[in-house]
Amino acid sequence: MTPLETLESPLEAEVAPSAPVPRHRYAKYLAIFRVSLAERMTYRGDFFLATVFRFLPMVTTILLWQAIYEGAGKMQSEMAGFRYRDMIAYLLLTHISRMFSSMPNLAGGIARDVREGTLKRYLLQPMDMIGYLLAYRVAHKVAYIVTSFIPYALLFFVCRGFFDGLPDPATLAAYALSLVLAFLVGFFFEVSVGMVGFWFLEVTSLLYIVMTVNFFISGQMLPLDLLPEPWAGLLKLLPFQYMAYFPAAVFLGKIQGTSLWLYLLGELLWAVFFMILARVLYRLGLRRYSAFGG
Amino acid sequence: MSIIEVDGLTKTYQVAQKKEGVLGALRGLYRREYREVHAVERIHFRIEPGEMVAFLGPNGAGKTTTLKMLSGLIYPTAGQARVLGYVPWERADVFRRQFALVMGQKNQLWWDLPAADSFQLLREIYAIPPAEFKSTLDELTGLLGVEKLTRQAVRELSLGERMKMELIAALLHRPRLLLLDEPTIGLDVVAQGMIQKCLRDYHARRGVTTLLTSHYMRDVEALCDRVIVINHGHLVYDGPLSRIVERFSETKLIRLQFEAEAPDDLGRFGEVVRRDGPFAEVKVGRSQVAAVLAAVLDRHSVADVSVEEPPLEEVIARVFEEARASHDAA
Repeated sequence: MTPLETLESPLEAEVAPSAPVPRHRYAKYLAIFRVSLAERMTYRGDFFLATVFRFLPMVTTILLWQAIYEGAGKMQSEMAGFRYRDMIAYLLLTHISRMFSSMPNLAGGIARDVREGTLKRYLLQPMDMIGYLLAYRVAHKVAYIVTSFIPYALLFFVCRGFFDGLPDPATLAAYALSLVLAFLVGFFFEVSVGMVGFWFLEVTSLLYIVMTVNFFISGQMLPLDLLPEPWAGLLKLLPFQYMAYFPAAVFLGKIQGTSLWLYLLGELLWAVFFMILARVLYRLGLRRYSAFGG
Repeated sequence: MSIIEVDGLTKTYQVAQKKEGVLGALRGLYRREYREVHAVERIHFRIEPGEMVAFLGPNGAGKTTTLKMLSGLIYPTAGQARVLGYVPWERADVFRRQFALVMGQKNQLWWDLPAADSFQLLREIYAIPPAEFKSTLDELTGLLGVEKLTRQAVRELSLGERMKMELIAALLHRPRLLLLDEPTIGLDVVAQGMIQKCLRDYHARRGVTTLLTSHYMRDVEALCDRVIVINHGHLVYDGPLSRIVERFSETKLIRLQFEAEAPDDLGRFGEVVRRDGPFAEVKVGRSQVAAVLAAVLDRHSVADVSVEEPPLEEVIARVFEEARASHDAA
C-alpha cells in the first residue's frame, strides 16, 4: 500500500536535516523583513494620514507653552536651561524619538498570540519568535519612516524658527546612535511586557498603565530637567528616558563630552538588559504554556 | 522504524474552578480550587511510514491534546512519544523541519499579501532549495487547481480557496509527517471533496505519513484505512475502518420494495425502520440476513432489494456511547 516514492524518503530524511547551511539562520529573518515590508507598504496611505494628524495636537502644545513662558515672564530667559524656542524644539524632537522607540501593538500582540493560540506557529516552524518579531518591527519602522518622511520634513521646515540649525557632525552621529539604541530599548522593553501575557490572560490595563506612566517619565510631556532633584536624576537612570528625552537632548546639545558617552553606554546596557529579560521570560513562559495549555 | 511511537502518553490539566458571582470571584483571588481534567490517559499506538490514519472521538475526547503533544506544543504529564525519532516537545529545528500541523483555518498565511509571498517566506524559514521549492509548488497548485490564485491577496479568497493555500503552505517543505486537525471544517461539499482528493493524490505520490482528525465521516471513508478511536482520553479502538463497522454494529439494513403494499408482519424478522407504501426497511441481525431474505422472497413478490451496512456516522456514535457507558460504570 505504500507507494514506491516512499523508498526515497528515508534517504531524504538523512539528507534534509543537515542540508540547511548556516547562512539560512539569518536569511530567514531577512526574508521576514522583506515580506513584512511589502505588507506594511499596503498601509502607506494610513501611515501618511496618521503622521499628519499626529501633529495637530502640537499646535495646542505650542500655545500652551507660550502661555506658560509668558505667564512666568520668562519669554526672553530660560527654565531649567530651556528657552521657549528650545522647549518647542525639544517637544518636536521627542516625536522623532518616539518614531523609533514606540512599538504599537507589540506587547498586546504577544499577549494575544498566547491567548488565542496563534503563538503555535512560532513553535511549529523552525524559527525564533523574538527574531521574527524583531525582523517584522524593523520592517514596520522602515515603512513608517519612509512614508512619513515628507510630512515630517515639511513640519520641521515650517518650525525651523525654533531650532538653532543642525548640530555638528559628531553630535549628529551620537544622535543617530541614540535613536537606533532607542529602537532596541523600546523593542525589548515592550517584548518583556508582552511576555507577561503568559501569566495573565488580559494585559490591556497593564499596558495602559505602562503607556501612561511612560508618557511622563520618558520625558514626552516635558524635559526631565524641569523636575526637581532627586527626581530628575533618578529618572535619568531609568531606561524610559532613552525612549524620548535622551535622543532629543542629544540633538539639542544638552548632553556633551564624557556624560554623553556614559549615557550612550547606559542606553546600550539597558537594551542588553531587556534583551536578556525578554529571552528569560519567553523561556519561562513557554515552559508554563507547554505545561498548562497550548 | 515507526514514524510515531506513543507509549502511555498522559496529559492531565489543572483547571481553575471559577466561583459564581462577585464574592466567589473575590474568594478565588486568594484561594483557588483546581479540578483535574484527564485529557489523555495512557494511550499507546504506533504509526508506520506511509500510513494514513484517522483519529476519531467526540468533542473533548483528547484528540487535539494528543496532536499538540505529538507536534511538540505541549508537554505530557507522563508517558513517552517519539515522532520521526525525536522527542517532539524538545522542538529541535531538525524535527520541526520534517513535519507539519494544520489546525482548521488558523492560518499561517499573511492576510493582506498574496499567498505566493507567504510561500516565499516559508521557503526561507524551512531553507528549501529553490529548484525543489518550485517543483513542489507547481505540483501542489496543479493538484488543487489554484495556479491563478497565488498572486491574489489572501483576504480576497474564499474559505475553500484559503484552506487549499493553507494546505500548500503546510506541504511546501515536503514534510514526512502531516498532522491535520479538522482539515475540512466549515467547507462546502465541493471544497471538501477537493481537499480530500488533494490529500489522497499527494499521499499516493509522496507517501507522506498522515494522521487526521475529522468530524466528517466522508473524510475518513475517502482517505483512511485505519482508524484510532479515543474517548474520554482512553483509546477504545485501533484497527481497520472496515472492521469497526463489523465490530460495533450487530445489524444490517435490508431495504425492500414490494410489488404491492408492504406486508405488516415484517416485525418478526427485526426492527422495522420504515414502512411506506411498497417500501420497507428492516434492521436485521448480521447472522440472520440470509435467512430473512429467503423467507421474505419466498412469501412475497419483491421488486427490488438491497442489504446495507448502517451508516458509519451511526456506528461511530455507538462506539462513543459504549465507551462513555463503560467509562461511567468504571
